Amino acid sequence: MTIRVVLPHHLRTLAKVGDEVQLQVEGEITLRSVIDALEARYPALRGTIRDHGTQKRRAFVRFFACEQDLSHEPPDTPLPVAVATGAEPFFVVGAMAGG
Amino acid sequence: MSSVRVLVGTRKGAFILTSDGARRDWKINGPHFAGWEMYHLKGSPVDPNRIYASQTSDWFGQQIQRSDNAGKSWEPVGHEFVYDGVPGTHQWYDGTQHPWEFKRVWHLEPSLTDPDTVYAGAEDASLFRTTDAGKSWQELSGLRRAKGNLWQPGAGGMCLHTIVLDPTNPDRIFIAISAAGAFRTDDAGKTWQPINRGLKSPYELPDPDAEVGHCVHRIAMHPSRPGVLFMQKHWDVMRSNNAGDNWDEVSGNLPSDFGFPIDVHAHEPETIYVVPIKSDSEHFPPDGKLRVYRSRSGGNEWEGLTNGLPQSDCYVNVLRDAMAVDSLDDCGVYFGTTGGQVYASADGGDTWKPIVRDLPAVLSVEAQTLP
Repeated sequence: MTIRVVLPHHLRTLAKVGDEVQLQVEGEITLRSVIDALEARYPALRGTIRDHGTQKRRAFVRFFACEQDLSHEPPDTPLPVAVATGAEPFFVVGAMAGG
Repeated sequence: MSSVRVLVGTRKGAFILTSDGARRDWKINGPHFAGWEMYHLKGSPVDPNRIYASQTSDWFGQQIQRSDNAGKSWEPVGHEFVYDGVPGTHQWYDGTQHPWEFKRVWHLEPSLTDPDTVYAGAEDASLFRTTDAGKSWQELSGLRRAKGNLWQPGAGGMCLHTIVLDPTNPDRIFIAISAAGAFRTDDAGKTWQPINRGLKSPYELPDPDAEVGHCVHRIAMHPSRPGVLFMQKHWDVMRSNNAGDNWDEVSGNLPSDFGFPIDVHAHEPETIYVVPIKSDSEHFPPDGKLRVYRSRSGGNEWEGLTNGLPQSDCYVNVLRDAMAVDSLDDCGVYFGTTGGQVYASADGGDTWKPIVRDLPAVLSVEAQTLP
């Protein structure tokens, strides 16, 4: 299945990719399987979205899709059908920080 | 003709400043890694076009970048820093014990002999080493057995920020941690001992001359005299003549002995430089005058160097890794400020001028002297 992923600016420059990446993901389309596929294809992104050791989402990273905040969902939560079919992208977002 | 390359890490990217040996006209190249915190960049002494850089972000964590062509292009290399074994706990701000957690790399120190070997000083305080040009990093965990449970973070975090390699003895390394103190290994990192005898911290520690817990800000050494160390502590400028076994205060007539960086003239091992800061509560120069102080006697007698530096209304800070020297004749001295200026002196500190005035806050400055 082809999954569309939109990365925040700094991770695009780090992975040297454009606005959107397309990933081939096998099996169930979940937070974990999509990020596993993303890290496998772009090793520089390991540790940037999930902590190297714990595999927990980094504190200032958010996951959005289909106008839903999936950041606090368990990693094996299936992503919305629209993401799984490639109709909608999965967004990795840097959390807002203002001052 | 010789030339100089100055590597500048800032809160929002890295910059590479280059000049010929006259050091009058400079080219500014950057930002590299725009928007990222670039804690430190340093070139290999044996292959100066190989540069390692610590790239960090509160959002996205730690990256290490390596360039093999003097910063023209970069490649991300290994950035997984895993503590060896179960790291245990250290003192926390409230006096409780707190688990060791990796946050970032503050300082990269390439080997003096092998371009593929680099040491990395990390927060929470730990020392890592790569021997494959950054692909993988292993902790030298013997350091944490030097009473690591008693170490505690300073206000900036519990960071290992200083790594000094002995050019005459590959088994000897000095490191410094805020706020744990200075440590030395004589067996290439297997075992470490605190080297804090003579340091006094009456305002920071209940036992003012404790074995560990001192907030050491920076250590410098001249390569021709590796047993002589100079230290800028939180308060006090110190000197050791026996590789850290004992320290003596050499603050002398400084207007303030609080500060962050300290460095040694490239050709005069008794000439040292500090930048006095008013206090730990007010991180800016005394009286709004940015002055580098130079001692030609290895401490105690200091002269203020002001020519070309702002002498009114200046309230910047100069951080611990933000001073460096080149090895041309005369020795060049460089420092960067939290206001984004990088100042250079091509005459050992007698006169100064800014290379660049409006960078993001400067975290680190390193100078490379190129043939």
